[in-house]
Amino acid sequence: MNVLGLYNYWVVMVLMMLGFYIVISQGNLIKKIIGLSIFQASVFILYISMAKVAGGTAPILDESISTYSNPLPHVLILTAIVVGVATTALGLALVVRIRESYGTIEEDEIQAQDEEA
Amino acid sequence: MIAHLPILQVVIPLLAAPLCMVVRIPRLAWTIALLASSGAFAISLLLLQTVLETGTVSYLLGGWPSPWGIEYRIDQLNAYVLLLVTSLGTIVLFSAPTSLGQELPADRHPLFCTAYLLCLAGLLGVTATGDVFNLFVFLELSSLSSYTLIALGSDRRALTAAYRYLIMGTIGATFILIGIGLMYMTTGTLNMYDLAQRLPEMSQPRTLLTAFAFFVTGVCLKLALFPLHQWLPNAYAHAPSVVTAFLAATATKVAIYVLVRFVYSIFGTEFSFSTMPLQTIFLIAALLGIFICSVSAIYQSNVKHIFAYSSVAQIGYMILAFSFGTATGLIAMLLHLFNHALMKGALFLAVGAVIYRVGSSQLQDFSGMGRHMPWTMAAIVAAGLSLIGVPLSVGFVSKWYLVVAALEQDMWPIAVLVLLGSLLAIAYVWRLVEVAYYQQADNAHVDVQEAPISLLIPIWTLVAANVYFGIDTRLTVGVSEMATRALFGAGP
Repeated sequence: MNVLGLYNYWVVMVLMMLGFYIVISQGNLIKKIIGLSIFQASVFILYISMAKVAGGTAPILDESISTYSNPLPHVLILTAIVVGVATTALGLALVVRIRESYGTIEEDEIQAQDEEA
Repeated sequence: MIAHLPILQVVIPLLAAPLCMVVRIPRLAWTIALLASSGAFAISLLLLQTVLETGTVSYLLGGWPSPWGIEYRIDQLNAYVLLLVTSLGTIVLFSAPTSLGQELPADRHPLFCTAYLLCLAGLLGVTATGDVFNLFVFLELSSLSSYTLIALGSDRRALTAAYRYLIMGTIGATFILIGIGLMYMTTGTLNMYDLAQRLPEMSQPRTLLTAFAFFVTGVCLKLALFPLHQWLPNAYAHAPSVVTAFLAATATKVAIYVLVRFVYSIFGTEFSFSTMPLQTIFLIAALLGIFICSVSAIYQSNVKHIFAYSSVAQIGYMILAFSFGTATGLIAMLLHLFNHALMKGALFLAVGAVIYRVGSSQLQDFSGMGRHMPWTMAAIVAAGLSLIGVPLSVGFVSKWYLVVAALEQDMWPIAVLVLLGSLLAIAYVWRLVEVAYYQQADNAHVDVQEAPISLLIPIWTLVAANVYFGIDTRLTVGVSEMATRALFGAGP
């Protein structure tokens, strides 16, 4: 287990922090959703990475195959991807409605309009 | 049929939801929704009875044996929370067509029913399931539909509130997903019961500590523990009144159930309170939440904001009771979970009735309503007294157990702080009472009438429950005690 051997987990960490940082730092509502998607995608990679068995193949029932990767996290992540897509779609739908009623998708401008009212 | 109750509970609202969307006739969709949710209520009563008589009910989805397939496991704790969610969900739904009438065009009502039922199904699924990934999926199902429900508010600020809730809620859910992933990574199982058996044997405490930290933070975001509560006040204030009443009474309660389930049943008290400094963190967060949010509630000018901040403070009480880590503390928490749902359900429905007549939730517009809407305001006062914790109300019962739990631990300063917190509750309830009873109505509101009977019936049902469970505590205290005993007995 050296540093390079954990390559996947480094990718997960970097993507996770990037996504999280975008959600926190950006004032643009669309960019926040992009950050959120990156954040979620990093967790999908975490699940997929943990399922890998060294030297394992696809889980096909065959006598010649004895080592195979764990298929369960893949299935779980299919579900989580669907949840992620639904979240993104709902978030974008809300942004459309926000733009229709405020005329902007910048957080500070929306806040300024709310304080005026 | 009886054997399938645990899954029917979830499936009935889940199947009725698309049906509501297809029929498109507001009245018919509402009838379907009401039937589905009363069906779930009846099932939860049957389940509670079964559990009390014969013990834990286990249901294997599709007949797959338990650590591999998804298992639904109903014990006293689940059955108690299921009863709470279905009963409040049904009572609140009863007032929906009238209350929504002015906030949402009639052709959108079937869509409201769809989202409402999906949210209900999600919350019931979270409560009933014994599989941690299944729990995540249902949690997101209920969260996504609650973002939709909040965005139905007539004010455009409902949209930004829903958006902010979506961002915070998704971060919370993703944290939960990371926690579940790390648990699966160390143990190779997703079944709660199996996890509870295997976790103590694991020799990788670092991964477990990370999993625990991610999971608890995620759940605390969902249950709006101070300081992770920022999404809540605006979401409650700008959502339609029925939605606020429903979410305030159920959504955060189910998140608290998840916390109890993981900390007590899965990780065990020793790991949670000794290896992890959960006690200190929760104690501080809860006390800060109680005081800061109660004081914020006093300074709000919107009645829905007052009670939303009060909700965060009340969640503080529950987490405070939880942080003791003792049996009495857990009983106090489970009691307050149930009792707070009754109070806030009644309060938000009554506030909704005033909004129905007056058209605004600003404190100033409540002036003189004590005379114009005597029954509605009386309900607010009664539920407000319960919130303060006056004897003969449910609030008193849970505060009593909370103080006893604090004294049991020799933490009398905390008992004093709990009583001080109640004084703050008197302050914000009194502001509303003063405006409603001692001021004249505005000229625009002099001809305001009492709320229609279809709103008063659900409100007074909940107020009656507030008084009834304040006097006859057999059900609530009895089930809480049994659930607590089971949790402490099963703990590793």
